[in-house]
Amino acid sequence: MSFVSFSPLPCVLGIAVYWIALGILGLTQRADRDAGRILYAAGAAGGLLLAVTAAWALGDAPTTVQLPLGLPGLPFHLRLDSLAAFFLVLLGLAVTGISLFSTGYFTSGSTTNDRVTCLHYHFFLAAMVFVLLADDAYMFMVAWESMALVSYFLVTSDHRFAEIRSAGFLYLVVAHVGAMAILLCFGVLHGPDGGYTFEAMRSADRTPFWATTAFLLALVGFGAKAGFLPLHAWLPEAHPAAPSPVSALMSGVMLKTAIYGLLRIGFDLLPIQYASWGVIALALGLVTMLYGVLFAAVQTDMKRLLAYSSIENIGLVLAAIGLAIVFRAHAMPALAALALCAALFHCLNHALFKSLLFLATGAVMHATSQRSLGRLGGLIHPMPWVAGAALVGTLAIAGLPPLNGFVSEWLLLQAFLLSPELPDPYLRMIVPVATAALVLAAAVAAYVMVKFYGVVFLGQPREPSLRYAHDADAWQRAGLLFLVAGCVLAGLFPVKVLHGIDHVATGLLGRGMGDAVGGHWLHVTPVSAERASYSPLLVLAGILGVVSAVFLYVRVRYHMRTRRAPAWDCGFPAQTSRMQDTAEGFGQPIKQIFEPFFRIEREMPSPFDGAPRYRARTEDKLWYALYLPLVRLVERIAGWVSRLQHGRIQWYLVYSFATLLALLVLIRCQ
Amino acid sequence: MLPQYALSQLLEALFAVVVAPLALGWVNQCRAWLQNRRGPGVTQPYRVIAKLFRKEVVLAHQASFLFRAVPYLVFGCMVLATGIVPMLATALPFAPAADVIALVGLLALARIFMALAAMDTGTAFGSLGARREMLVAALAEPALLMVFFMPSLIARSTSLTTIVETLAHQRVAVHPSLAFAAVAFVMVMLAENARIPVDNPGTHLELTMIHEATILEYSGRHLALIEWAHALKLLVYATIGIALFVPWGIAEAGHWGALPTAVLALAAKLLVGGAALAVTETVSAKLRIFRAPEFLATAFLMAVLGMLTHLLLEATA
Repeated sequence: MSFVSFSPLPCVLGIAVYWIALGILGLTQRADRDAGRILYAAGAAGGLLLAVTAAWALGDAPTTVQLPLGLPGLPFHLRLDSLAAFFLVLLGLAVTGISLFSTGYFTSGSTTNDRVTCLHYHFFLAAMVFVLLADDAYMFMVAWESMALVSYFLVTSDHRFAEIRSAGFLYLVVAHVGAMAILLCFGVLHGPDGGYTFEAMRSADRTPFWATTAFLLALVGFGAKAGFLPLHAWLPEAHPAAPSPVSALMSGVMLKTAIYGLLRIGFDLLPIQYASWGVIALALGLVTMLYGVLFAAVQTDMKRLLAYSSIENIGLVLAAIGLAIVFRAHAMPALAALALCAALFHCLNHALFKSLLFLATGAVMHATSQRSLGRLGGLIHPMPWVAGAALVGTLAIAGLPPLNGFVSEWLLLQAFLLSPELPDPYLRMIVPVATAALVLAAAVAAYVMVKFYGVVFLGQPREPSLRYAHDADAWQRAGLLFLVAGCVLAGLFPVKVLHGIDHVATGLLGRGMGDAVGGHWLHVTPVSAERASYSPLLVLAGILGVVSAVFLYVRVRYHMRTRRAPAWDCGFPAQTSRMQDTAEGFGQPIKQIFEPFFRIEREMPSPFDGAPRYRARTEDKLWYALYLPLVRLVERIAGWVSRLQHGRIQWYLVYSFATLLALLVLIRCQ
Repeated sequence: MLPQYALSQLLEALFAVVVAPLALGWVNQCRAWLQNRRGPGVTQPYRVIAKLFRKEVVLAHQASFLFRAVPYLVFGCMVLATGIVPMLATALPFAPAADVIALVGLLALARIFMALAAMDTGTAFGSLGARREMLVAALAEPALLMVFFMPSLIARSTSLTTIVETLAHQRVAVHPSLAFAAVAFVMVMLAENARIPVDNPGTHLELTMIHEATILEYSGRHLALIEWAHALKLLVYATIGIALFVPWGIAEAGHWGALPTAVLALAAKLLVGGAALAVTETVSAKLRIFRAPEFLATAFLMAVLGMLTHLLLEATA
């Protein structure tokens, strides 16, 4: 580096402080729409700067700093290493697109209180930066809880509606169950002499039992935030409740902070991994993935559909992490690096395309005030910009070449195909089953995305007012196009992205993919060129080359006469928009094939009913099997506890006296 | 890269594009013979495509730019797919750009464009066809990937050329897993190419069609490109099957003298395979749409069993 004085950590800190300042400025703004808009645009500039700075820091040695904040004797420790830097790049890129979009989205009156929304929005960004930078348990928990609280306020920013308040409450409860597990995990992990810094935790000796306990607690704690089964229930409730840019932030970025936490504890703070952890994570990831994608297929609300799709993608990331742990436990660092790179690549991809799709739903809601798939359709005509951007996001999330979603799935499949080299015969048996689950989920994901895009943007409008929907404004377009560019570039130049990710793998595993990614910029060759190679740029060039050659040939050789007429539809004359497949119709085959997964309530009319009504509700089985019994249990325990409360002071004094006596006896006995 | 290799790549793709309708014509002619008809002759698909190119395109009012772009994109994907599959020779300079997984991805890309185009016009049959086509694909694609993973595990590579070279050399080695894979592959091939028993390529009966329903609104040059792409898809599947399960006779890298033999071998295999396809279609009946998932689940299970067999009996790690 030519200028030595540049150090990324203070710069990253500066951006976080800048965002906090923007939030406070937002609170002081007048109810004047232009002022508020500029703040989001300024935040986007911060995001871009953050991405560039963190990308710069990816290959550097870790730097630390101690802030003179916090409690006396408990200063905040911050550290910027390659793992944190990678997630900061992800955060910065997603925030750039989302904040640009928000500039056009959060116009005055779009939420209950615009000033407070602006404050929460920017505090949320800063809290995520601090989560990624924290280098001690205290700082981490403070940042983590700030992030949870601020995002709760953002989810409930339209708190006039009861269902939004209850969705927010569910989110808050699950977030706190998770936070408790993380707190306990840090309790188990503490270093010698109760050291709470991550540095002390790294050097501590643990028995396998306590290490496993810590890992499982981390899995539960971060799983609650990421949406691993069975702690996923808040996602499909909270995402539709939040304003779309907030859904994009939560799904695109906040879920990744949970993945970051899991990686930080699983690979960094716990120096030794056991294969059984990997198997647990792999199985949990695959189940989460299948569950998420099947439920996404039967949704009729576009944001709920995307929320379930997020559960699926997080499951894929967890499965990849599990595979990485299995490889690492068997001392196969190159393969562990491959699986880990697949996980991180997919994190980045998901941040890009899921943010893009949530923003597209935001633009659709802005233009039509509809969220239900049953009242949309044909938006490609009035909203070509949004439809074009969403098409790229749809193809990317469906895992199709040459876009980015395909690369991470391809890398993960390569890792799976290498797992027969594992020495443990039982583990090898898992491979076919796991691979089968993975490819099935990926294929159904494509089905889901065709449903999403086809029902929202294609066909005839299901409501007459949709013909007059307005397209996204210039700010919103800029945000969408930024994320589209991200999806396309990450898809076309995966080797460049893998170079950056490789630093993370090297930092965590001691060994990266090495020459495997550096051989040729055009081809990704994860192991060797004979084993497998893929070049998205050549694939795209090939398709476009053939397409343009054929187009020119047809143009020169034949006439290009075209006539517009009513659709033929097998000669059926009277076609209305209600004859198209609905979202329910599109989900019906999946519902029928995978019926045991769902809880379906059907109301069938009798054959003699004059005004027949058919109704079917598909619900989450786990909600009834797990959550409601749990709620009843908590209520019952609370009922017992409340028997202790009489409102009489003499009884409370007796309790205090009895407790005191019991404690004295306890001390005496020791 | 040597220019002669690039030339062979280009020639192979051109060969596939030219031959594909002939293969389809052969299957149709065999079917006609088996059904005691004289049949239109093997060159009929060429005549159909030529006629369609000359006809005017009638677009639905609702059709958007996507609808008009899709025929070209689907055709492009299929031509690219033929560029990856070793048909005559394993010397394919384009092959490193995409392996078997990317090949499945390319086929999926074409299929998703088809389904989106079908939904674009907003007709009842279009969206019905799109849904059914995606359903069949959602179950067939995992089975197809699992089928490809078996030879990949045997050859320790997902590159098709490497797989074919490895398998072609192992004349004596017996791989029971490949038998499972072959059965599963044939089932997937029938489903993905809209053949009986999953779909009927000859039907326009509203309630039974799957693939035909997705292309109902296409006409003129667009339909010509789609029909051609469809023929290419059948050829791609047939040649993948040949390359994976009966690769003998293929010209290996640098052996230009083996090329005439390779052409003859491929022609013989395609003739036999096409006749076998016609026989299968003649002796079986189309399944109800909700029996199709059972058919495909069987294929999927076969593939998973084959992989287990490979790991139990053949793995040497």
